Amino acid sequence: MHCVIIGNGITGITAARTLRKHSNHDITVISGETDYFFSRTALMYVYMGHMKFEQIQPYENWFWGKNNIHLRKSWVTSIDTDQKMIILDNGDRMAYDKLLIATGAKSNRFDWPGQHLKGVQGLYSYQDLMELEENTKEGINRAVIVGGGLIGIEMAEMLHSRHYPVTFLVREKEYWNNVLPAGESALVSRHIREHGFDLRLNVHLKEIIGDANGRVKSIITSHHEEIPCQVVGLTAGVSPNIDWMKDGTIHTDRGILVNSHMETNMDDVYAAGDCAQFQHALPDRKVVEQVWYTGKLQGEVAAMNMLGHKTPYRPGYWFNSAKFLDIEYQTYGTVLPQLRDGEVDFYWEHANGKKCIHFVYKKNTQEFVGVNIFGIRMRHQVFNRWLIEKRTITYILENLRAANFDPEFFGTDEEEIIRAWNQQHATNPVELKTKRSLMKMIFG
Amino acid sequence: MSDANHSMSLANPHPANFNTMQKAGLAITGIGVLAILLAWSGIGTSQSLILFITTVVCLFLGGIIYTRGSYADNPEGVKNNRAFFTSMTSRGALAWITGIVITGFYVMLYWRDDWKRILGVDFLAGLVAMFDPLSKALRHAPADQWFVYGSFYTIAVLVMGFKFIYKYRHNRYQIIRTCSVMTVQLGFAWLLPAIMRSLYNFEPYLSYFWPLDYDAIFPSTLSYFKTQGALGTFVVFWGLVLTFVVTPVLTYFFGKRWYCSWVCGCGGLAETAGDPFRHLSDKSLKAWKIERWLIHSVLASIILITALLLIDNTYKNALLGPKVASDMAHAYGFVIGMVFSGVVGVGFYPIMGSRVWCRFGCPMAAYLGLIQRFKSRFRITTNGAQCISCGNCSTYCEMGIDVRWYAQRGQNIVRASCVGCGVCSAVCPRGVLKLENGPDNNNRLNSFFSSEELKILS
Repeated sequence: MHCVIIGNGITGITAARTLRKHSNHDITVISGETDYFFSRTALMYVYMGHMKFEQIQPYENWFWGKNNIHLRKSWVTSIDTDQKMIILDNGDRMAYDKLLIATGAKSNRFDWPGQHLKGVQGLYSYQDLMELEENTKEGINRAVIVGGGLIGIEMAEMLHSRHYPVTFLVREKEYWNNVLPAGESALVSRHIREHGFDLRLNVHLKEIIGDANGRVKSIITSHHEEIPCQVVGLTAGVSPNIDWMKDGTIHTDRGILVNSHMETNMDDVYAAGDCAQFQHALPDRKVVEQVWYTGKLQGEVAAMNMLGHKTPYRPGYWFNSAKFLDIEYQTYGTVLPQLRDGEVDFYWEHANGKKCIHFVYKKNTQEFVGVNIFGIRMRHQVFNRWLIEKRTITYILENLRAANFDPEFFGTDEEEIIRAWNQQHATNPVELKTKRSLMKMIFG
Repeated sequence: MSDANHSMSLANPHPANFNTMQKAGLAITGIGVLAILLAWSGIGTSQSLILFITTVVCLFLGGIIYTRGSYADNPEGVKNNRAFFTSMTSRGALAWITGIVITGFYVMLYWRDDWKRILGVDFLAGLVAMFDPLSKALRHAPADQWFVYGSFYTIAVLVMGFKFIYKYRHNRYQIIRTCSVMTVQLGFAWLLPAIMRSLYNFEPYLSYFWPLDYDAIFPSTLSYFKTQGALGTFVVFWGLVLTFVVTPVLTYFFGKRWYCSWVCGCGGLAETAGDPFRHLSDKSLKAWKIERWLIHSVLASIILITALLLIDNTYKNALLGPKVASDMAHAYGFVIGMVFSGVVGVGFYPIMGSRVWCRFGCPMAAYLGLIQRFKSRFRITTNGAQCISCGNCSTYCEMGIDVRWYAQRGQNIVRASCVGCGVCSAVCPRGVLKLENGPDNNNRLNSFFSSEELKILS
């Protein structure tokens, strides 16, 4: 049986590895982007000089041959589901028995005037990275980043690492305020300014102006201000990369429509990762999930189904992480920017303004719903267990030490967090279960 | 933006590689280097003391100013920007020049007497003269090349240790660990031997022991220590206890890091002066295979040589004869003690990374590694499924461990070579890695001989 996977990102590669682990089928992974799988989330580190491109490839090049996974560098132009063939850009046709589409996403462009000028770009692919190198090759005096999300702050950090001044346009009233609650948003916004970025809140892009050579020379904001710049980063989210196959027989909406087994409407064709859209959302989750971890999980589920092991996508509790310049962020469970009905929260922030923890729980039952953590590392397994066991907020606070994952000798904040809770909840005080023990600290 | 260029001209917008303060630091360091060259060449021998003071002051001051220039203006956090763009840290021209100069220095240092005999040239006379005033004051003895070497070594560990601490000032594990290696180098490897020399005409190095200090229990060494009375006996006893009691016990509880990245002088230099080069270590599977063969062969040969010499000695050289015994010891000393640990070990920092010796050659590391691999509570744990396979951990592992291989599968990292420097954990952008001591749930023995680690999938 020939399993063909379009896309060599984390989803496609996880699927290929899962197929190989459980079968001896022929496996071909096709990508027009790069020869080998790389970590998309690490592209920024290449531009910043932390790593070379080879180093963001998680497997050495011999790995694929050794595991009998065929790689082919090509763009796929269309899919013939009747003949069970894919058509490549050089006209070649390739037959498949099972097909997985994992073509990822592309940067959103909201029909801004001038969005196709030279120097205007997103950041998602290897080609985007090369384009950024090209766009900054001669040096620039200023870059403008449009859109206050994760890719926006990464792009700002990249340009900043080369000492290019950055103006950061954010439509919301604080950074990433459509995802983060107010406290966290404010914390990150402060940190962005601490790094010297020119952060503009409540502002959006109106127009991009080009020079005589077709290169961007400035932008105009919604406040009618003109900001001279040579690079514009468009980072207002990404959407499924499906334009190339929209005319085909496979049903799409925003993304390629799949059921919980990652199956499309056509037999033996599956889709997963950033390009896929579930017909029905799971509780507390979106129909299009576009983070590293969901791509990995969906790739694994798709592969199991391609092998004939009916496996529904059951991702468990939400988790994610990111790093905002120097501040690490982790989240477990569901924390929305605004509390839902019946939810209450508890927010603690360190005096240095760079660490915080934000719990959300149910008012009636005290059941823990989710947590955002900034500047402290917490154990995924522990929070996941607490979510499964439906623990109360007080139980979690009492046992908070068990979740700490900071390096050795780091100061701990549990006492202060508990003190803050007890001040706010005099009728419902808690006490830390485990005392700090020197023996435990030294010998583990 | 302090360095914002508001001019719209595209003529000269290239960002400078170094800011003014960094340049000032480098310039002051340059004056120190110039003073060294003046002394080394013999031109300044009549002004040894002034050159010495200039050297020390400029190296410390230059280092401190450069460090401030590099990190003070930025909020604390991991700063590896441009590591692969800068000539010195990405095998550029500067790196090669530095590598050749250090290698050359080691060649002149280890074989100073041979060069004198063969070429009639004393390559290090000027440097030795520069350190003479200090040596006389501190050790009540004229300087020799080993005092020069030890002093430069200590200066490097202290200056670059300061830089490392400042770079990782947000990370208490790194601060404490680096203070430890700086203290051991300054106290145990430099001051104490010097003071002992002035008091007893005897220089013990208490932070090195067999098998790293390879001739520590050779019969010739033992008989020399016997001539030093109670103090000599104590040093031998101290070494034996550390090798055979303290090492297994501490390694069981904490892993090999207690020595390799907290105490050892070789490790101390690698963690401080070598830090800017840590990402140059080879992460390939091939390198790991070479490493395993090489390092265990060195351990096996020093055990064999030591055993043979001791047995031979009890039979009054009846086994080997005095010639063979001393030839064997010399061969090991030449190949491993000098060429490998010194010339290659430090000279190749800018090309092969900072832990070439520790990773491929050190018999002590091999010994500690075997304990760590099979019977230790130390490991690096991974945090659930949070790994994004970015590769910072693997890249910044000075020992060339492909940390990501394990992290992306959510697997604990138990590797003989891990020195527990904690930098993988520090550079991880998602908080995935943590060095921990604790009850061992993995069966370490089971997986070693299977090639599972080399193959695919979790």
